[in-house]
Amino acid sequence: MSEVVAAVLARAMETGTILLLAALGEIYAERSGVLNLGVEGMMLLGALGAFGAAHLLGNAWAGLAIAVLIGAVVSLLHSFMSVTLRLNQVATGLSIYLLGVGLSGFLGKPLVGVTVPGLPVVAFPSVQDALSKVPVIGLVLGRLLGGLNPMVYLSIALAVIMWFILFRTRWGLNIRSVGENPSMADSLGVSVFRIRYICVMIGGSLAALSGAYLILGLLGSWTEAPAAAPVTAGRGWIAIALVILAAWSPLRAILGAYLLGGVEALQYTLQGFQLGIPSQFFTMLPYISAIVVLTSFSVETVRKRIGVPAALGVSYSREE
Amino acid sequence: MRRIIKSFPGVVANDNLDFQLLPGEVHALLGENGAGKTTLMNILYGLYRPDSGQIIVKGREAKINSPRDAMQLGIGMVHQHLKLVSTHSVAENIILGLNEPRFFLKMDEVHDRIHELGERYGLPVNPQQKIWQLSMGERQRVEILKILFRESDILVLDEPTALLAPPEIGELFAALRRMASEGRGVVFISHKLNEVLEVSDRITVLRRGRAVDTRRPSETNTAELANLMVGRPVLFKLEKKPFSPGAGFLELQNVEVMGDKGLPALKGISLEIRAGEILGLAGVAGNGQRELAEVITGLRRLTKGKIYVNGLDFTSSSPLDFLSAGISYVPEDRQGVGSVASMTVAENLVLREYRNGPFARNIWLDFKAIDEHASQLVSEFSIMTPDTRNPVQNLSGGNLQKLILARELSRKPKLIVAEHPTRGLDVGATEYVHQRLIQAREQGSAVLLISEDLDEILTLGDNVAVIYEGKLVGLLSAQQASIEVVGMMMAGSSGG
Repeated sequence: MSEVVAAVLARAMETGTILLLAALGEIYAERSGVLNLGVEGMMLLGALGAFGAAHLLGNAWAGLAIAVLIGAVVSLLHSFMSVTLRLNQVATGLSIYLLGVGLSGFLGKPLVGVTVPGLPVVAFPSVQDALSKVPVIGLVLGRLLGGLNPMVYLSIALAVIMWFILFRTRWGLNIRSVGENPSMADSLGVSVFRIRYICVMIGGSLAALSGAYLILGLLGSWTEAPAAAPVTAGRGWIAIALVILAAWSPLRAILGAYLLGGVEALQYTLQGFQLGIPSQFFTMLPYISAIVVLTSFSVETVRKRIGVPAALGVSYSREE
Repeated sequence: MRRIIKSFPGVVANDNLDFQLLPGEVHALLGENGAGKTTLMNILYGLYRPDSGQIIVKGREAKINSPRDAMQLGIGMVHQHLKLVSTHSVAENIILGLNEPRFFLKMDEVHDRIHELGERYGLPVNPQQKIWQLSMGERQRVEILKILFRESDILVLDEPTALLAPPEIGELFAALRRMASEGRGVVFISHKLNEVLEVSDRITVLRRGRAVDTRRPSETNTAELANLMVGRPVLFKLEKKPFSPGAGFLELQNVEVMGDKGLPALKGISLEIRAGEILGLAGVAGNGQRELAEVITGLRRLTKGKIYVNGLDFTSSSPLDFLSAGISYVPEDRQGVGSVASMTVAENLVLREYRNGPFARNIWLDFKAIDEHASQLVSEFSIMTPDTRNPVQNLSGGNLQKLILARELSRKPKLIVAEHPTRGLDVGATEYVHQRLIQAREQGSAVLLISEDLDEILTLGDNVAVIYEGKLVGLLSAQQASIEVVGMMMAGSSGG
């Protein structure tokens, strides 16, 4: 039994990491007051770039680096539209999403069927050995500390660092203030535009990194998919929901990501049990759980406005 | 500041303005709305760029392109609408934008320094509290401490007294004098004559973008300042017939409601308003006035208590029932609640009565009747508009308020709920609104006048009720009430 639990948990963390990376970026963008609905599109472009680069260069890490770069460039487009031109952020986000779906579907055609080097798994054998002496829990923990994708551990570290910066440093104070009250931040000499550009760029880079991790770390191959269900399978949208569930806090995002990742991991295990229920039902589970979790958990968050940046989605200009 | 010119599309906000501030003085900028006071100071603070003109700070010509430049020159500004992040702590708000500390925040040191500054200037505030937990007066202290924390020696305060209760105004003035005595220069923007005379060393009066004159308080008086400000003599006394109330029209019994945040906003209000009575409701903003107005117009559900209109139980009636019973509402939020910005003057004027004849026949609207009605009101209430098809978003604040008054008063209401009816209006428009309200009273309407302006409440009101934290803390006749007594009650001490 503990073998199964360990496997589900490991899988929960690995799939949850896709959501976590994208949500961390979106938290920064939204904390600075910019809503980025293009997460899914940026993930797709990141996945495409990472897969192509890993194939051509023969190195998965190079693929991740290219993805981050692509994410940064695409988010420049998004911040130009939403921060500089002050267009409606819902419209600009959706346009980025559609761009990502279309472009990745088109440019991804030649990549169908090619092979790429994957990311190496990371293990901590000495810790595992020590833990294996503890019954049940030792086995589960041991599984989680060994043989997982390195991005799992990196994303946890990233979440902690991003939380610290956001709540304990001057940069974080600047970001939060710009998202809460841009005219005040401006009147105190904080550059609203610079901070929003940087945060949107962090958001785009992490979204693209999340897509790259998905394709290189978990899927391993590029498949030709219909535009309605691209390789990211709507995880970008779930990441946006996760931001709300996490009350815009990077640390809470870790828990939320593993919770939602856990549902996805569980569906594969349940499908394996041959319960006679159509597989489409299980495939629905992650999305249904996102809706359920969001409505039940975040009622209080939203009602008391915990963490919601007051100027989220509001463009700023000085002489108005 | 020399020969400053700044124009916006359609208006010249500053027309060749000169202004001089000396170290160690409190210098008042006095003028009506739109006279250019705030524009001039926004130029000094780098928020606007002047079309032409020179700014000289401490003997040197200064180029101020952003607030950051202004702060480096030691200029700090407290804006009329406070610029604070309400979910952040006092200390976080104060240190935002500073270069020190560079990366890690050392909050303990910041807290100590805020305590020390607060004590020195009589502006105590707890640095660890969140802004939303503070009263308006405390929030303003935070704004001032923000400037003092930066060791600015030129302080600009834009209408700082608008949000304060009288005792808080006294504390503010003491702090301003203290700052001036240390050699700082303080600019105090206001359109309230008494305050300007009380606190300033010099007073510069602006009118339509020009500096009319600079006086010392000892050389002038309210009548002369008002004259300079408006450009014509202003009546301070209003003709008012003696108080002879009719039958009770509206009665609230032990009313309780929740506010927008789900916390109790009214805690057991009982109140009666009679025909031919102006009841002034005094209180500092946010103590339940808006919720009370919404109760009386049917916009907010009661959690407890009863409402009677003309003796009938209206406790669970709809806003339309209240409207049909003859209750008119002049809301605080003129653009949001009081009018529809993109609709025309004629359409806005008929928003209350469009269901009834002569404007409606079955499902059709009679636009001819609507237009005639509008033209008549536009001339009767002297609303400045090119024609009745003009969208109301093109009207100035004062004209929009006239339009709302025209709509609400022309239906011969039995009760008018007037919420801050003269806030933001200049002396001339204020005078007009007051005359209209008195006229309505003389025609037998009941008036509930909600205001923070005590002069207004005491001159217009027959009776004065004071609201504090959702409770009525006093009910006095206008003769018994004085600014001091009502002011104390507004600040929460049950002095009466």
